[in-house]
Amino acid sequence: MSVYDDYEMTIGIECHVQLATKTKLFSPADNDARDAEPNSKTHQIDFGLPGMLPVLNKHAVELAVRAGKALNSPIAHVSRFDRKHYFYPDLPKGYQTSQMYNPIILAGYVDAPLEDGSLKRVRIDHAHMEEDAGKLTHHDGYSLVDLNRAGTPLIEIVSEPDMHSAEEAKAYVSELHKLMVYAGVTYGNLYHGNMRFDVNISVAKKGATELGKRAEIKNLNSFRSVERAAEYEFKRQVDILERGEEVVQETRGWNDDKQITISQRSKEDAQDYRYMPDPDIPPVVLTDEVIAEIQSKVPMLPGEYREKWSALNLDKSVINSLLSNQDYAQITLEVQEKSGEASAKRVAHWFASALTASDESDAQTDNESIRVAVDDLIELAEMTEKSEVSSTNAKELFNELLAGAKNPRKLAEEKNLLQVSDESAIAAIVDEVLNDPASAASIADIKAGKDKAIGYLVGQVMKKSKGQANPSLAQKLIREKL
Amino acid sequence: MSKISDFIGKSAVENVKEALRRAREIEEYNALLSLTEERALERAARVDAGEISGRLAGVPFVVKDNFLAFGAPTTAASKMLENFNAPLQATAVEKLEAEGAICIGKANLDAFAHGGSTENSAFGPTKNAADETRVAGGSSGGSAVVTALDVVPFALGTDTGGSIRQPASFNGVVGIKPTYGAVSRYGVVAMASSTDTIGCFATNAEDTDLVMEIMAGRDDKDMTTLPDFWNNQPEFAKKKIGLVKQCMTDDVDAEVRQKTLDYAEKLKQLGYEIEEVDLSMMQHSLAMYYIIVPAELSSNLARYDGVRYGHRAAEVKTLAELYGRSRNEGFMTENKRRIMIGSFVLSSGFFDAYYMQAQKARTLLIDEFKKLFTEYDALLMPVAPTPAFKIGENASDPIKMYLADIMTVPASLAGLPAVSAPVGNSDEGLPIGVQLIGDYKSDKNLLKLVSEVEKI
Repeated sequence: MSVYDDYEMTIGIECHVQLATKTKLFSPADNDARDAEPNSKTHQIDFGLPGMLPVLNKHAVELAVRAGKALNSPIAHVSRFDRKHYFYPDLPKGYQTSQMYNPIILAGYVDAPLEDGSLKRVRIDHAHMEEDAGKLTHHDGYSLVDLNRAGTPLIEIVSEPDMHSAEEAKAYVSELHKLMVYAGVTYGNLYHGNMRFDVNISVAKKGATELGKRAEIKNLNSFRSVERAAEYEFKRQVDILERGEEVVQETRGWNDDKQITISQRSKEDAQDYRYMPDPDIPPVVLTDEVIAEIQSKVPMLPGEYREKWSALNLDKSVINSLLSNQDYAQITLEVQEKSGEASAKRVAHWFASALTASDESDAQTDNESIRVAVDDLIELAEMTEKSEVSSTNAKELFNELLAGAKNPRKLAEEKNLLQVSDESAIAAIVDEVLNDPASAASIADIKAGKDKAIGYLVGQVMKKSKGQANPSLAQKLIREKL
Repeated sequence: MSKISDFIGKSAVENVKEALRRAREIEEYNALLSLTEERALERAARVDAGEISGRLAGVPFVVKDNFLAFGAPTTAASKMLENFNAPLQATAVEKLEAEGAICIGKANLDAFAHGGSTENSAFGPTKNAADETRVAGGSSGGSAVVTALDVVPFALGTDTGGSIRQPASFNGVVGIKPTYGAVSRYGVVAMASSTDTIGCFATNAEDTDLVMEIMAGRDDKDMTTLPDFWNNQPEFAKKKIGLVKQCMTDDVDAEVRQKTLDYAEKLKQLGYEIEEVDLSMMQHSLAMYYIIVPAELSSNLARYDGVRYGHRAAEVKTLAELYGRSRNEGFMTENKRRIMIGSFVLSSGFFDAYYMQAQKARTLLIDEFKKLFTEYDALLMPVAPTPAFKIGENASDPIKMYLADIMTVPASLAGLPAVSAPVGNSDEGLPIGVQLIGDYKSDKNLLKLVSEVEKI
C-alpha cells in the first residue's frame, strides 16, 4: 500500500466557454478571429475609446440560456452585469464586464459517465456571462497587445468541488464539452481555446473533515491536460504534506512539455477587483415564455442519446465515438427510430470505425457537417441484413455514402457488389462447380468426412459468381447436392 | 441675446464667420478650447449650396469638449486627452448636424467634468460672463459663457450633478438636465454612467426645447436611452408647484432666496398654487452623490492607462510605472481625488457599507420625489446656494465646493428632468437662476412653464 492511498483529492473546475456568436458580447466586431491579423477584429467599444458604451449581444444571451438547459440549471429571470477592475494591457477598459452578483445561469448539475459505466454527478454552482480579454505577447524589452479576442462572449461554468479523482475530472470536462457543443453554445474547438479549464485541487487525508489548501491550475485546454495536471498535483501536494510542510494557496500553470505544474502567483498577490454593478447595461430580464422558447431549440443532449442507445448493446467505445460527432449521433438515432435496432447498430459500428482515425478524447469537432441521407443508410443496413451485400462490401459502400454518394443499391449494382441470393442462380453455379473435374478431390474428401474441404468448393462458387454469391447459401446448396 | 430663429434663413457662411469672429473677441474668457473653423466653414458652404438642410440649417453651436466631434481634438480639458482626435462623433452631435446645425468650437470644462467652476481645466479657468473675476460655474462653464456672450444661440453640455444647471444660473441663460436616458450618451466622455445626462444651454426655453427634441430619443448604441417621449407626455394638470423648504434656509444666500420667491410669484400669476414641501432625503443626497459618482467615475476613468491612446509617460521601465506616471501626469488633482474616493468605496470590505448603502438611500430619495409628484407638477428651488463665486475662492476647499452642489444633485440621483431658468441679477449684477424639477419625462412641460414665465 502506497502513502498516496491515505489521501484523497478534491477538485472543483471553472470552465470558460467561448460562445458561437457572429459578433462580440458588446460590439459589432467579428467574433471569429482565427488566423486574423492582430487587432483587425476589434471595434472602438472593445478598444475602450472614450465615450463608447456596451450594447449587449442578444444572441449571446440566448446561447447562455441554451447552456442553462444543458447544465440542468434554472435561468435567472433577472440577471445583471458587473465590472471587475484590474489594470492590465489586455484589458482595454480597465475592467472586465462580468456577472458577479446576479449570474444568468443558476445551480444545476452534469452527469459525467465514468469508465465503469456509472455516472458521476458534478453539481454546478452557477454560470455567468462575461467578456474575454485580449492577448499579450512578450518580446525582448517590449510587449505587444492583440485585442482580437477582447470582448469575445464567454460563459464561465463554476462547478462545486465534487470530483475526487483525475478520472472524474476528465470525465466531467469531456462531458461538459459534449454538452456545450450539442446545445450549440460553442464550436468547442479546444485548439483555438473555445473551452479553457481552471482546475482547483486540494488534498487531505481520507476521512478528514476539513479540505486542504488548494492550488488553482489555470488555463488548461485539453481533457488530457486536466487529467494529467490533477494526477501531478495530487502527488505534488501529498509529497508536500508527507514532508510535514504546508501546501501554498496559489495559482499554478501547466507545462505541457514537461507535464508538470508551475507556480505563477501566490494568494498574497490577490487583487481587489472592486466589483461594481455596470450602470451602462440594464438588467437582463427573461420571462418563462422566452426561456422556454429559446430552450425548445436545444437539440437532444448526450445523456439522452446514451439512454436511447442502451437497448443497442453498443460498446462504450462505440458510443463515445458516435457522441464525438453530433451529426453521426443524430443520424444513428434517426436510423434507430425509423428502421429499428438492428439497422441502428450496424450504422453505429460503421460510424464508429469511420471515426477511429481521430482521437476522440480531444475531439476537434470542426463540424464539417455530414450530409448522408438517412434513408440511404437504412437501405444499406437492410441490404446487409438480408445478405444482399457482404459486411465487407457494406463498409465500402458506407464510405462511398459518407463521401457524398447516393443510392446504395444502384451503387452496389454499378460496382458489382450485390450478393446473389437467388437460389436457382446459385444452384446453377454450384452444379457447374460440382461437375468440374477439378472439384472431384474435394468432393471425395468431404464424403470421407473431411468437412473443411467444403471451403474450396464454396470458394470456387464465389469465384465463378465474381464474389456476388451469398457464401452461406452456396454452402447450404453444396451440402444438399452432395 | 440671440435666438435660434435669428440665424435661420441667413447665409450659413456668414452666420459661422460671425460666430467665429465673436469667439475670438471673447478669447480672454477662456471659454473655448478650440475652434473647428475649417470644418464649420466647409459645412456652412454646403448648407448654403442646399446640400444640407433641416430645422437648424446654418445655425452655429458649440459643444463641451467632452463630446467626441470632428474638427478638433476631444480633450475633456485634460492633459490625458490633449491630443486625442475622435474617430467618430457623439450621437447628439450627429443628430444636430443632420438638422443642419454647425459646430464651430469646443468649450472649456473642469477636466473630465469633475468640478463646479471650470477651474479644474488643464487649460485654465473660464471666466464668468457677467464678471471676469468670478467663475463660470461648471463643469460646463465654457458652454454657458459662449451662450451668454452671444457667440452662439445654443451650446451643448453634460450634467451629472448640476454641471449644466449651475453654470446656466451663474451666467444668466437657460439650461436643462433632461430625464436620465432622454439623450444618448454615446460618444460623450463618461463621468458617472448612472447620472450622466446630455443637455444644452440656450437663451430661452423655446430654443432649448427645439434642440433637446432633436437630440432626444432611443439610440441603439446606448442601452440606457429611452424610447422617444419628448412630445407625447400629458400636460401639467395639477396646477400646483412645491417650493422645497430645505432650500430656503439661512444657509442659502438671501438674494438667491428672494429671486426664488419672485419666480414663485410669477408662477402664481400663471395660475399655479405654490406650497412649501419637504424633501427630507435631500440632506443625505450629497453623501450619496459623493459615493456613487466617484465609484462610477473611478471605473470609467480606468481606461486611460497610456497603452492605446491618450497621454503616455515618457521613458517608463515597468508596466506599473507606465500606469502610475501616465495617469499621474494626465489627470488633474480633482480627478485623482475622486478616483481615490471611488476606488476606496468600491474596495472589498467597504462596498456594502458605502456603495450599496448609498444606492439604498438613493431609492428612498426617488420614492420621496415620486410621492411629491402625485401632488405637484413640479418642484421649485434655487440652483446654487450663492451666485458665482470668485475665481480661486473655493479652490483649496473641496468640501465647500461639493456643498455648492447640494441643490442640483437630488434630481441627478433620481434621474429627473430639471431646468435652470434665469431670474434676474443680484445687486452686484451677478445672474441668479431658479431650478424647476419635474417628474420623469416631463422635460417639455418644464420648458413650457419656463417659456410662459419668460413672456410675463
